[in-house]
Amino acid sequence: MAKQPVDYEALLGSIEASFPMVQILDKDGNVVNKDIMPDLSDDELVELMTRMVWSRVLHDRSMALARQGRLGFYAPTMGQEASQLASHFAFKKQDWLYPGYRDVPQLIQHGLSISQAFLWSRGHVEGNNYPEDLHAMAPQIIIGAQYVQAMGNAVGQKFAGKEDEVTFTYTGDGGSSQGDVYEGMNFAGRYKAPIVFFIQNNGYAISTPREKQTAAVTLAQKAAAAGIPGVQVDGMDPLAVYAVTKQARDWAVAGNGPVLIETVTSRFGPHSTSGDDPTRYREKESFDYWEQRDPLIRFRKFLTEKELWSDEKEEELIEKTKEEIKQAAKEADQAPKMKISEFLKNMYNEPGQNIVEQIEKFEAKENK
Amino acid sequence: MANLTMIQAITEALDQEMARDEKVLVFGEDVGGNGGVFRATQGLFDKYGENRVNDTPLAESGIGGMAFGLAVQGFRPVMEIQFFGFVFEVMDSIVGQMARTRYRTGGKLNLPAVVRSPFGGGVHTPEMHADSLEGLLAQSPGLKVVIPSNPYDAKGLLTSAIRDDDPVVFLEHMKLYRSFRDEVPEEQYTVPLGKAAVAKEGSDVTVVAYGYMVRESLKAAEELEKDNVSVEVIDLRTVSPIDYETIIKSVKKTGRMVMVQEAQRQAGVGNTVISEVSQRVILSLEAPIGFVSAPDTVFPFGQVETLWLPNAKDIAASIKETVEF
Repeated sequence: MAKQPVDYEALLGSIEASFPMVQILDKDGNVVNKDIMPDLSDDELVELMTRMVWSRVLHDRSMALARQGRLGFYAPTMGQEASQLASHFAFKKQDWLYPGYRDVPQLIQHGLSISQAFLWSRGHVEGNNYPEDLHAMAPQIIIGAQYVQAMGNAVGQKFAGKEDEVTFTYTGDGGSSQGDVYEGMNFAGRYKAPIVFFIQNNGYAISTPREKQTAAVTLAQKAAAAGIPGVQVDGMDPLAVYAVTKQARDWAVAGNGPVLIETVTSRFGPHSTSGDDPTRYREKESFDYWEQRDPLIRFRKFLTEKELWSDEKEEELIEKTKEEIKQAAKEADQAPKMKISEFLKNMYNEPGQNIVEQIEKFEAKENK
Repeated sequence: MANLTMIQAITEALDQEMARDEKVLVFGEDVGGNGGVFRATQGLFDKYGENRVNDTPLAESGIGGMAFGLAVQGFRPVMEIQFFGFVFEVMDSIVGQMARTRYRTGGKLNLPAVVRSPFGGGVHTPEMHADSLEGLLAQSPGLKVVIPSNPYDAKGLLTSAIRDDDPVVFLEHMKLYRSFRDEVPEEQYTVPLGKAAVAKEGSDVTVVAYGYMVRESLKAAEELEKDNVSVEVIDLRTVSPIDYETIIKSVKKTGRMVMVQEAQRQAGVGNTVISEVSQRVILSLEAPIGFVSAPDTVFPFGQVETLWLPNAKDIAASIKETVEF
């Protein structure tokens, strides 16, 4: 028999081998790759841990508030602290964030107040009324749409000649199947736009497991078809997430174009507060496996050994954050009642006859 | 004044607005060096360069997302969808995102994007090129939808659309691109969005039309002059929001109305116009409102387009029925 033109098995193997997972801290907090240890000061390391613990408390309190009916839609984040906060840690205030709906912790770290984040969750317009200096969009609900929008934002930064300013956006393993995710990466490559794309691979899209999304062995390799670098990183390792993100931002700022980063992570809880039960689609072993890889465990250990962290310090931080969240929820209660006439006014800069007539009608109703 | 076709008037509007405002960017499939499949962007790439006029990858949703992000960054994107039947690929960007941004942000963030696209029957295109899908967009709050019927309006309306702070869908009927010329001023001017025009004055019946159907309605009106029927033709120009004031004023005067659209009966904006007129001035009407439209099938196979599309004869027949009621 004649030789086959292509060795498919070798081809698939070479793709898989091209996207190894980057790791610095193993699950027990041991440094396994000190050559790529990021250049972070002790203060910065402590700040990163502080943000991750803060996010865990935000998660806990948000879940509790949702149970009490004091929050609306909320997407749990427990388990994704390294993926979310350590990636965000590599960006600057001037960078533009296009978040998915699970990316509220990064939004708050980027400058949104907690009370506004809560108002967004409750379904109040004030939650989206961002201050001028907050370079971010409201969390995107349409999975993947943020990828094409963020790409446009980055093309705009490039056309405007913005220096030291990039765009970054997040989706999940489910989102990676959307056409928009490919279109965003492909356009960004074609325009060499300064953008860092994240796929937070937390294992499940609501209930659908990662392996049912794609035959691709990694999600990072999806970058290859767009001609841009793709990196897979241990998403439970804050130092590795930070290191690859920092490198990607530097690459984009230098004018080299976009990078895709897949963070391999896990959400410990349900998809959302809307009532899905993860035990229906996930084995107990999966929870056990991932909980041993909790980013807080390994980073706590790493910092404690460096004498930068202690249980007391963490307790203090937890209490402080709880109080901060309590105040934010109270503040959110003070938001003014929304008016339909205001919505009508917000539809257009120059409204048509239909809108003008309806404003009159609803104002009369609201002033009764 | 120059004697221009509608496509030339569109190119001139783009060119002059790009020269006036460096924030205006033009992009889409084949709009760069090739100047677009209809040459709407002819010469712009050479004049303004790659950063302001560029060929995108072939992906409508990506084009829509790019327009969104560019608008957030302070640009005035003018994106082209090569044929409007391809809009389904980019409905989320337009209806799900652009149209909602101002509302979503409590009036804080404007999304001043223009979506230009050719559409319309009678030119024997393959499927998904010619459909009249304006109704889908017109029924989405937050968008303005503009359909010019002649070169003069096309230039003035497109200039207004680019300067407008709201997202505007600007639909160009392919049959109007080169079928006739108009006197078009060389200097810039605007035609206001959301304002209908009285294309022809008359006293017996009001015909409300838009896009290419304005031409057919004018033909019908001319024909009926011979029978001493005086037809007033209103050109909507903007199909969202609709200028009811102009329509109502005319219907009160004539006491009769015929709605004309190229879209299917269940599509377009005809049903909305008829409903509003009925609610507002039914007691001024001396006859049931006529409605000329295409039948409720998918846009037809090329060989039978002319059978399917409404024309001046259909319009004249409906006018007669209304007048003789």
